Amino acid sequence: MSSTTSDVRPRRPAGRGTTKSPAPRRSWRVRLGGHQPIGMLFVSPYLLYLAAIFVYPLGFAVWMSFHDYFFAAPGVQVDRPFVGLDNYTTVLTDPDVWRSFLNIAVFLVINVPLTTVGSLVLANALNKKLPFRSFFRTAYYIPYITASVAVVGVWLFLFNSDGLVNQALGPLAPSPSWLVNSHLAMPVVAVFVAWKQLGFFVVLYLSALQNVPQELYESAALDGAGRLRIFRSITVPAVRPATLLVLILATITGANLFTEPYLLTSGGGPDGATTSPVLLMYQRGLQQGHPDEAAAIGVILVVLITAVSLGYRRLVERD
Amino acid sequence: MTTDVAARPTGERPATERTRRPRTRAIGSRIALLVGAFAFLFPFYYMIVGSLQKEPDPSPSGAFPNPSNLSLHNYAAIDSAISLGRSLVNSGIFTGGVILCTTVFGLLAGYALARLHFRGRGSTFALVLLVQVVPFQLLLIPLYVLIVRDYGLADSYLGMILPFAINTSAVFIFRQFFLQLPAAMFEAARIDGAGELQILFRIAVPLCKPALMSVVLLSFTGPWNEFLWPFLVTKQQDMQPLAVSLANYISTVASAAANPFGAILAGACVLAAPAVALYLAFQSRFTSTDLDSATKG
Repeated sequence: MSSTTSDVRPRRPAGRGTTKSPAPRRSWRVRLGGHQPIGMLFVSPYLLYLAAIFVYPLGFAVWMSFHDYFFAAPGVQVDRPFVGLDNYTTVLTDPDVWRSFLNIAVFLVINVPLTTVGSLVLANALNKKLPFRSFFRTAYYIPYITASVAVVGVWLFLFNSDGLVNQALGPLAPSPSWLVNSHLAMPVVAVFVAWKQLGFFVVLYLSALQNVPQELYESAALDGAGRLRIFRSITVPAVRPATLLVLILATITGANLFTEPYLLTSGGGPDGATTSPVLLMYQRGLQQGHPDEAAAIGVILVVLITAVSLGYRRLVERD
Repeated sequence: MTTDVAARPTGERPATERTRRPRTRAIGSRIALLVGAFAFLFPFYYMIVGSLQKEPDPSPSGAFPNPSNLSLHNYAAIDSAISLGRSLVNSGIFTGGVILCTTVFGLLAGYALARLHFRGRGSTFALVLLVQVVPFQLLLIPLYVLIVRDYGLADSYLGMILPFAINTSAVFIFRQFFLQLPAAMFEAARIDGAGELQILFRIAVPLCKPALMSVVLLSFTGPWNEFLWPFLVTKQQDMQPLAVSLANYISTVASAAANPFGAILAGACVLAAPAVALYLAFQSRFTSTDLDSATKG
């Protein structure tokens, strides 16, 4: 292990680092395991873990969705025949499943633009010289680090039929009230999640804004561009990669929606207006004992999210 | 006016207009920021006030604490309903276990990826990244079948901890930290004849305290706030973390009791306090460094 060249290589571990060491020094041991083969030992717990908790269950989910899978007493050998697309047809002919995908679409249409625009505008404002800047950053971050279960309690109190919001609105209060109104319940859930997650995305945008060259702003200001113009022509294009990340992460968070409809609208109510696919997976798979159908819903959901994410990519990279 | 300004020579604009406009606009945006901050903080204020009210008062005047209506009665009520102490202990063990596993796995993998040169390093790095994109909703059902049904880990701490024991961000934070250390230090130790294990335990581990701190803070809020997975795993009340027992209280009692909000808000305060306190105490570590290394890899 006397080679000193191995640490001169660029700071990228994935890549052609090995080719940099001088050829005559490379013994068969180095070629087989690298300069420090003990590294394999160091990463092996992580990799074993990955295989057991991520890779195997992933394959299991897909396998389950093509088989007649049901819960049996532990240790009992049962036959779980291959049923082709049966689980998918069952799921796709079920109006409740369609309803849940429609619900999540409503959620995303409200939540994703609100999150993206809101966090960029806020990050842009917080990136400037500002009195009490750290106070503002803290204020917007606090909902993100608090448990959903805790803040749901307050929102229930606030948006209750005789809660503070309705009392403040007086005669303008909606009837039936927010969380029991089938038109308003999902929008309230979408706003709740946007409110709760915004701080995280603000921080993400703030770190992207650090990388925008200051000269761009200075020369634009020198040319007499207004604040709105600078924001539109410099800031927005400069943080485009971060915008793609925000769009995708906000969509994934939204597609994982469970706690809010479970607690805020007491289990997906009113009339299933806030039932999310994950809530339905819980009800179908674990409460009613059809894990194969739940797995099929999961696969469909992931395919849809992937499609939406690729759509974002085309959208963001085109203009 | 903003659109045609760029075409016009700057000197032509009256000086007064140029100095006054940005000032008023800046004040406008500051007021907007202040209103926004109020909207973000008010629910937390209301949580505390509501948890201390003897009689729930949802009217606008109820937003101001009234000394004659204040008591710790609600905390006693939620404690007798869900046993706060036991729930907090469960939350603590669950969170502590996750932090311990995340740190050990993350430190070993992050150090190896940053400083060691071994076969399969590139593919390991790619795999670590790949986990980030595996959506939890797809793993939900098979993990439940495996952990609860096959391994019989329902109502156990191990069952709660297992799916959260590795964390991509933790690997990145450690990797980023070890990359910043001077290469000569590790090289010198190797020349002096130190083995790789010695280098890990005598040099890398003692130096990594700042990264360790970030990882501990970063992996605290996840399990502490997590609801769905521990909710699926624990059916016995004396094994439930606070987030689960409080949620069960909300969903079962909220419809039955006449006005359970005081007790719910008291439980919410207890659940929120540790995460918020930790954030306020170590603010700078929560935001800048972790996210940079987590998002940029």
